[in-house]
Amino acid sequence: MDAANDTPLLWAIREQLQMTGTKFGCGAGLCGACTVHVNGEAVRSCQTMVGDVAGKKITTIEGLSAKGDHPLQKAWVAEQVPQCGYCQSGQIMQAASLLAKNSNPTKEEVVAHMDGNLCRCMTYSRIQKAIMRAASEMRTASATSNERRPT
Amino acid sequence: MNEHVKPLMPETTDLSRRSFLVGTAATGLVLGYAGVPGIDSAAAAAPASFEPSVWYSISPDGLVTVTCGKADMGQHIASTMAQIVCEELGAKWSDMRVNLASNDPKFNDPVLGAQITGGSWSTMMNFEAMSRAGAAGRIALTEAAAAAMGLPPYFKDELVVRDSVVSHPKSKKQMSFAEIVKSGKATKTFTPDELKAIKLKTPDQYTMIGVSVPQLDIPSKTNGTAKYGIDVMLPGMAYGKVVTPPVRFGATVKSVDDSDAKKVLGFMKAVILDDKTGTTSGWVVAVANTYANARKAADALKIAYDGGPNAKLSSQSLLDEAKRLQGLEDSGQFFVKDGDPNAAFGSAAKVVEAEYTTSINIHAPLEPMNATAEFKGDILHIYSGNQFATRSGAIAAGAAGIDPKFVVMHQHWLGGGFGRRLDADMMIPAVQAAKAVGKPVKVIYSRENDMTMDFSRPLTYQKVKAGVDGDGKLVALSHDVVSAWPTARWGIPDFLTPSVDKKGPLDSFTVNGADFFYTVPNHYVRAIKNELAHNATPSGQLRSVAPGWTFWAVESMIDEIAAATGKDPAQFRISLLDGAGKNDGGAQRLRNTLLAAMGLSGYGTRPLPKGEGMGVACVSSQERATASWTACVAHVAVAPSGAVTVKKLTVATDVGTQVHPDNIRAQVEGAALWGLSLAMYEKATLKDGGIEQTNFDTYRPLRMSQMPEVAVAVIANGEKATGVGEPAVTVVAPAIGNAIFNASGARVRALPITAEAVKASMKA
Repeated sequence: MDAANDTPLLWAIREQLQMTGTKFGCGAGLCGACTVHVNGEAVRSCQTMVGDVAGKKITTIEGLSAKGDHPLQKAWVAEQVPQCGYCQSGQIMQAASLLAKNSNPTKEEVVAHMDGNLCRCMTYSRIQKAIMRAASEMRTASATSNERRPT
Repeated sequence: MNEHVKPLMPETTDLSRRSFLVGTAATGLVLGYAGVPGIDSAAAAAPASFEPSVWYSISPDGLVTVTCGKADMGQHIASTMAQIVCEELGAKWSDMRVNLASNDPKFNDPVLGAQITGGSWSTMMNFEAMSRAGAAGRIALTEAAAAAMGLPPYFKDELVVRDSVVSHPKSKKQMSFAEIVKSGKATKTFTPDELKAIKLKTPDQYTMIGVSVPQLDIPSKTNGTAKYGIDVMLPGMAYGKVVTPPVRFGATVKSVDDSDAKKVLGFMKAVILDDKTGTTSGWVVAVANTYANARKAADALKIAYDGGPNAKLSSQSLLDEAKRLQGLEDSGQFFVKDGDPNAAFGSAAKVVEAEYTTSINIHAPLEPMNATAEFKGDILHIYSGNQFATRSGAIAAGAAGIDPKFVVMHQHWLGGGFGRRLDADMMIPAVQAAKAVGKPVKVIYSRENDMTMDFSRPLTYQKVKAGVDGDGKLVALSHDVVSAWPTARWGIPDFLTPSVDKKGPLDSFTVNGADFFYTVPNHYVRAIKNELAHNATPSGQLRSVAPGWTFWAVESMIDEIAAATGKDPAQFRISLLDGAGKNDGGAQRLRNTLLAAMGLSGYGTRPLPKGEGMGVACVSSQERATASWTACVAHVAVAPSGAVTVKKLTVATDVGTQVHPDNIRAQVEGAALWGLSLAMYEKATLKDGGIEQTNFDTYRPLRMSQMPEVAVAVIANGEKATGVGEPAVTVVAPAIGNAIFNASGARVRALPITAEAVKASMKA
């Protein structure tokens, strides 16, 4: 990637790679719209410099699943979460980092994990429902695959 | 050459003229656009498509693409327009697609005669035009199918249209929409009279309206593919970062020293805006090869300003001026003048008086303001998400010094609008930077630019006085509203309202809602322009506009009167909603939503724990002529410290006809939470002429952890569809204020509500 080390990862992703699913919201780590994964951890790409992530694995909304069919993306459609949709890439990436570690979160855990992500349309209750739906589907899927596992 | 013209003044238009569907004329328009790359290219490149209306076309593969002339900022209006077309057309939902309209006047709103999105008007004002467009297409396809099947025309009534297929059950013949379009036989045209004569479905025949179909835009908003204005990428494009002065409005640039900026790699130029539209003042844009470099260059510029006439003003000085103006006998103009309140106060048994205020509020959509400008030949192309293409195109033209007919607006999804994107300020730096560097330029505001240069909800001051007779009946109410005038700023006379006292036009978008549906024989509403605030804090239309403050005053005062006369506030409202005279119909509908909210919340059914209370409010937002009917019961707990916890909001709304029930619930819930956010958390302040809050650390919209339970009841009684995006914003603050009074005896009269204000009022 042709970007100076002190370029925020956000702008390198959006301009150099022309992947625009990751959004600019505040430039100060206060809204979560720019959330991506660095080695599987959710980070604010507006506060992460290109020089700090050399050699690390970056995942954006475009790479979360092959066909936009991550359980969270499916749940986001099923619950019809987005209104303007601008924050939702960041919401989904933030939620994905929670479910990767904890597929059975309580409501309190969801709120604590998601509270840094602003939704100006205030779709918060649907975001919660979609996370719970995705978590449930992930548990079912993993239970099914466990059953199929040869003993 | 395109056919753009500049209808700056929204013409009052006749529906039939605007919604005519003439196949040949439509084709002509498509061909007319073929010379402008990127406009209607899908339609222009597919001459075999059937375009029965400007609003949609059907391609030979059977896909129906509806062009939405309304800005889609998350209210899913594009999908809603497609749904209304789909109902009458008889298409399969999975065949429907949406396209966002350019600023070609042929896409103007059929009622408003301009491209503007706001007021929760879109569904109510486009329902008939979209229905007729859909029905005309169905008739044309049916006749074409009859001909293609070899059926005599009089057999057409035996044809059934469903799921994009025209079938003739008797002969078991059928043709899909795709086959009909491919046959080239669908050429029927309609005169305006024929269109008007089409018999539309009755609600009992609906199969799509009232169904929560999957919103067409949602999948693209879960995988990063939805394109917002900020996502536009043009070959050879440069980036602009604006540097805005410390004063909100009125500053000028004295000098720019770019010697340090020149050391930034990729820096091209610092452009001082020459804004003859009067939209911005004292702005500079730093242009560079990347946005990161543009930001660095912007930070490196050393700019000297003259702060101008507003550089010493503060929120307090705007409020002081408002109070001074209200005290003057001859201030303002009358919006309502029924009877003679002043005489009635003289004979009233009891007079209640109070002042209500609201703070400056910032739209802060999550997508910061941005626009991309590109000059190509004679044409200026603007790429942005905007709510007012008709006016914004003219502003962009003004910034370029060209005729608006040479501006083509490329509409995108809006990353939040809430009224902010009615304005076109972001286009001015993009246009002038593109001109200066000879390349397309994308300007993106930092959040700090976006917050401090918002066309904000104005600071408001309201004085309300009520007179009650010996029987406890409300006989007189006078209501003064002092604020900046957001709509007057547009300079479009048609958006202003003649005053009742013939003292010239007033900005009804500062007083709407004060003309309520309660029966009060003597009632004055005075609209007073706070010129100082108007100049220092150019204001805009923030989701729900005036009813966001007028109902704060009215619905708090109604509660204060109920308390002063020892009545239950809900029962007192019901007694005022008697439907007498001009209030007939609306008053009863409003009463019913109040009853529904009371029922759903369990109002008055059980004693609440100490420190808890319920409050009610009911509103007829937006304008009286385009009202929908919304009531709220708020349930709060108030701590001895004055801290308020909103436990639950119960909202009931009468929307007439539901096009998409799930979307209505989503909008009403979002609107109610906006109301909560404005009531409790969002406050901007002016100091030394500038907005003090610059980002989400100091301007704090509601977060997930602050969300109470929200219950929504939707009443669909078969009346015409009303708007739902805004009304619930306006009902929440007074319901909370009234609940606080019910819980603690503390009366709050300033928004946002603070623990300190509650505590102070408890002591008093």
